[in-house]
Amino acid sequence: MRYIDEYRDAKIAHAIAVEIKQAATRPWVLMEICGGQTQTIMRYGLDDLLPASIELVHGPGCPVCVTPLEIIDKAIELALRPGVTLVSYGDMLRVPGSRSDLLRAKAAGGDVRVVYSPTDALKVAKAMPERKVVFLAIGFETTAPANAMSVWQAKREGIRNFSMLASHVLVPPAIRALLTSDSNRINGFIAPGHVCTVMGCGEYEALVRDFRIPIVVGGFEPVDLLAAVLMLVEQLESGAARIQNQYARSVNYEGNLPAQRIVAEVFEVADQKWRGIGTIPQSGLTMRTEYAEFDANKIFDLTQITADEPAECISANVLQGLKKPHDCPAFGMKCTPENPMGAPMVSSEGACAAYYQYRRNVIRKLDPAIV
Amino acid sequence: MSENTISTLEMTCPVPLPVKDTVLLGHGSGGKLSAELIQSIFLPAFRSAALEKLDDQAIVSINGTRLAITTDSFVVKPLFFPGGDIGSLAVHGTVNDLAMGGARPLFLSVAFIIEEGLSMGVLRRVVISLRDAAHKAGVEVVTGDTKVVEKGSGDQVFINTTGIGLVRPGLKLSSDRACPGDAILVSGFLGDHGIAILSERQGLEFECPVVSDSAALHGLVAEMLDVGGESIHCMRDPTRGGLSSALNEIAQRSGVSMQLDEPKIPVREAVRGACEMLGLDPLYVANEGKLIAIVNNSEAEKVLEAMRRHPLARDAQMIGRVTKQDSAPVIIRTAYGTNRIVDMLSGDQLPRIC
Repeated sequence: MRYIDEYRDAKIAHAIAVEIKQAATRPWVLMEICGGQTQTIMRYGLDDLLPASIELVHGPGCPVCVTPLEIIDKAIELALRPGVTLVSYGDMLRVPGSRSDLLRAKAAGGDVRVVYSPTDALKVAKAMPERKVVFLAIGFETTAPANAMSVWQAKREGIRNFSMLASHVLVPPAIRALLTSDSNRINGFIAPGHVCTVMGCGEYEALVRDFRIPIVVGGFEPVDLLAAVLMLVEQLESGAARIQNQYARSVNYEGNLPAQRIVAEVFEVADQKWRGIGTIPQSGLTMRTEYAEFDANKIFDLTQITADEPAECISANVLQGLKKPHDCPAFGMKCTPENPMGAPMVSSEGACAAYYQYRRNVIRKLDPAIV
Repeated sequence: MSENTISTLEMTCPVPLPVKDTVLLGHGSGGKLSAELIQSIFLPAFRSAALEKLDDQAIVSINGTRLAITTDSFVVKPLFFPGGDIGSLAVHGTVNDLAMGGARPLFLSVAFIIEEGLSMGVLRRVVISLRDAAHKAGVEVVTGDTKVVEKGSGDQVFINTTGIGLVRPGLKLSSDRACPGDAILVSGFLGDHGIAILSERQGLEFECPVVSDSAALHGLVAEMLDVGGESIHCMRDPTRGGLSSALNEIAQRSGVSMQLDEPKIPVREAVRGACEMLGLDPLYVANEGKLIAIVNNSEAEKVLEAMRRHPLARDAQMIGRVTKQDSAPVIIRTAYGTNRIVDMLSGDQLPRIC
């Protein structure tokens, strides 16, 4: 595959790993933000190529994982209402709410459909004017523009039976929250390349300035991630703290301006709850009142639901990079991808799921008490 | 930005869901959920020596003659897809399950469950395709059944086929016979069928369209057995759940592990691309015209050569080795020299969001 194979080349990867070993003289803790990056690290075993002094911790950037529980519960409730069709991305279907998930809602007769894009969600609405079609739209800055576009288009075309149950989160406020924490131990960040493709790397300047911490925008292939680690280590070893763009084939300084405009047209920034973490101020997007007629939260009477958390689940610590998935007593025992107890085990991009899927055998070798 | 952001973070994890009390689509995906269903409901009800082997076919003896018998239902949607249709698939699926037991397929039964309102033209196309596929495979349709259900109670047409075949004397192919040291062979590119169906279903278009690999494999199997004989310990066609599920099953039943070499696993460029786009792993995607063979190492090269001479296995590869039981049933060595687990699929493979 052109444009991908180059970034998976084992020789290049090993050469960068050697450079990292030579550059690193002290221990550094680095966090990759995006779940896609975590997945690559685990899938290719990149952490095994790094010197022991470099610790990778895994950030909260799995959109499925951090979507609040009540959004899932609302989606399930809507899916079971007569006359309502709920459309969603595939990986939201398995995400447990407090009592059920969308797969079970589908099995119980709810009309739940998987789409691959917001445009397809709109198509479903057009094809079934007699039904109320609700699009469960979640994600980071990456998915927000296309989701916004579907609402904008619905308004322009007067598609009244379409609405969106939205839950969007933003990366920079989450990084700020992590860095403000007393228990923070992160020395550098690999910023998410796809988010930065939309938003540009400019918006990370403030974080670099306020916290004097190096941030490198990284891609998603093994060579991308190793190159980003090398850039961070070189900055840290030389005492620098600046924003660097490793993923320049996709990311520029100001980002995708038309995409940002459509997001600003439909959404406004608001406080947002993150599953497994809690509320982070000004870290999400809600639909503007001008688009209230397409906001499922407003047009349907949806009761607020809260849920108790199992005491064993340490996902808040995992999502903040304070603990590793296998530090959790429930990991691989009570908590598995089939029966996830916490957010990071839910989607394949969650840190716990990535550890479980690719590496639980290694963990078992280290500590027979776990798994 | 408030100062005490993190210190006020409350934990908001879900409580675990109650024990599964309904059948989900994932129970039919050939992964862990399917295995659970078989172990908890079907096996306890029908326990028998032949069934307990959990092979794709049962081998039974009548007066010294060993017969292979298998059954399979086909509910594929869409009915017609690039490279095949439900009719030919209903023949290939059952023929292949017989062939994997080392049997020469002889007879088929065919049952149609038809949804009221199906066009006669569509039904005729399906039936003709089934007839032609059976003819080409050298199997005879000897009995059948027809049911029509109300509109909404089915989806156009479902087909069940049962097949009977004659097992070569002396042959013992079974998923519990993989031994440490054996070579793992696959007959060609993986994931073609699953991606062909998915792209048709989702209206995805690729520069090089992916065509289903649906094909009858008993001819290939016969040639492999001619060359390899008893050195072939086990054969499987990796249908639902793909290569990973089939290898996990064999490893577990044989009490061994498998070490795969990732760069050697053949996956077509277009399938890799489609999987990248959809967030799927080709190792979990269905095949309908590929087989896996676990072969004694000393004969593996010979068998591989025989495979490559056959038109259905020109791209056959040796992709790994059986080892003694290790920390996981199936472990893959990446191009980087690092290892990871290849797990069994839990439910359906769900496309991810970004």
